[in-house]
Amino acid sequence: MNDAQALKTTPLYEEHVALGAAFTDFGGWNMPVRYTSDLAEHAAVREAAGVFDISHMAEFFFEGSGAAAFLDHALVGVASEINLGRAKYSLIVNEQGGIIDDLIVYRFTDERFLIIANAGNHQAVWAALNERAAGFDVTLDDATSRYALIAVQGPRAVEVLKTLTDAPLDDLKYYSIFEGDFGGALAYFARTGYTGEDGFELLVKNEHAVNTWRAILSAGSSVGLIPAGYACRDTLRLEAGMPLYGNELGLHTTPFDAGFARVVRLDHDFVGASALINKAGDIPDRKLIALVGEGRRAARAHYELFESEASEHPIGEITTGALSPTLGYPIAMAYIDSVHGDLGTTVWADVRGSRQPMQISSLPFYKRAK
Amino acid sequence: MSIREGLFYTKEHEWLAIDGDVATVGITEYAAEKLGDVVYVDLPKVGTQTTYMKICGEIESTKSVGELYAPVDGEVVAVNDSVASNPELINHDAFGAGWLIKIRFTELPTLLSPDEYAALTNEG
Repeated sequence: MNDAQALKTTPLYEEHVALGAAFTDFGGWNMPVRYTSDLAEHAAVREAAGVFDISHMAEFFFEGSGAAAFLDHALVGVASEINLGRAKYSLIVNEQGGIIDDLIVYRFTDERFLIIANAGNHQAVWAALNERAAGFDVTLDDATSRYALIAVQGPRAVEVLKTLTDAPLDDLKYYSIFEGDFGGALAYFARTGYTGEDGFELLVKNEHAVNTWRAILSAGSSVGLIPAGYACRDTLRLEAGMPLYGNELGLHTTPFDAGFARVVRLDHDFVGASALINKAGDIPDRKLIALVGEGRRAARAHYELFESEASEHPIGEITTGALSPTLGYPIAMAYIDSVHGDLGTTVWADVRGSRQPMQISSLPFYKRAK
Repeated sequence: MSIREGLFYTKEHEWLAIDGDVATVGITEYAAEKLGDVVYVDLPKVGTQTTYMKICGEIESTKSVGELYAPVDGEVVAVNDSVASNPELINHDAFGAGWLIKIRFTELPTLLSPDEYAALTNEG
């Protein structure tokens, strides 16, 4: 708490203070953990809408005739195949195939792209991208400190935003991006999110952040839209089966460990390709699984998994776990030795000294109705 | 956030209401706010012997786990069953309906006054 002065704040910090938020250190940023209640905010996103300040995330713009080829080289996916106006989830890995970050690549034109990456990996990703840009005709622009990013998520999110913009939001598919007007200012509307719900992430210049935030809160209040903090963001993304860097992903995790073979395109050349090609045929030693428990006692991050109630040697470890607010029972993601990781297997989680059975299930735990 | 007069407190953010040789024990509003929404409580059974500052229960929110430290040596004589089925009582009424256990104690240790507890939480 004494380091609060050293933490970075977003252009919306004073708004959060005025709304009575409790704060937490999130990747070096002082971010709102909750405004009123974790459960109420979680439920609002599932049933109506929630608005999140995610301005701590890193935004990098890329422009130039070599931008597409550069991103193909830098990432595990093929950015040059992304259609104009669309987006793709991807990973940046090191030479050993370890994950530096997970990110989303958005494409505006043939020669112009945006990457949104995790706040905690901002410097690592920026350094790796700059290093990999050598020899390509591309300009890299770290726009993080100039922009605020506001996520509006939930079944009523689009309806609320439509009252505030003429941008053709209905025509934008999931994983699309559009440059349009929002209250007289330029905004990027990205139909992406981290909650398992429909919605948009709005990128606006810092000077428009407060007006944008207030306009959304005001327009959405009649349908139950409320500001939502990081506590519920974590339970929402867990229910949606989305990984968090630092929990499910890290430098010692390969895309194959994490179940992301589908985002790795081994038919193109990129940094880390040779290491990943070598691993591609093998069954990874461990894999990321989903676990479902009974009762209300959650198995949480770092708790160990065992083959039986009495066995001595751990076979895995929980990476994220909580009592699912939507489902009402404990859910978790975990890494487990692959030989023990078959769907339907019962394993035992050590919950602070007592073993609880959990069944290996599949992701996501929660899927929204279409 | 409020601190209630007429109660004793511990540095582990418990409150005690003393009636004769029985202490009613709960966690403070401050602790409940720090935890977030409580979704599960694990409390000792009636008859359990408690030892001062030994963990005797758990209070879980969606985000974290809080431990209940026994604020006195003694024996559990009552458990708040409604809190087990409605853990949100702890958030709604930490000093009232959200009480956790009653302990018959042999002697009272040194406890914090409301002012001392307020100073501890910097809310004085």
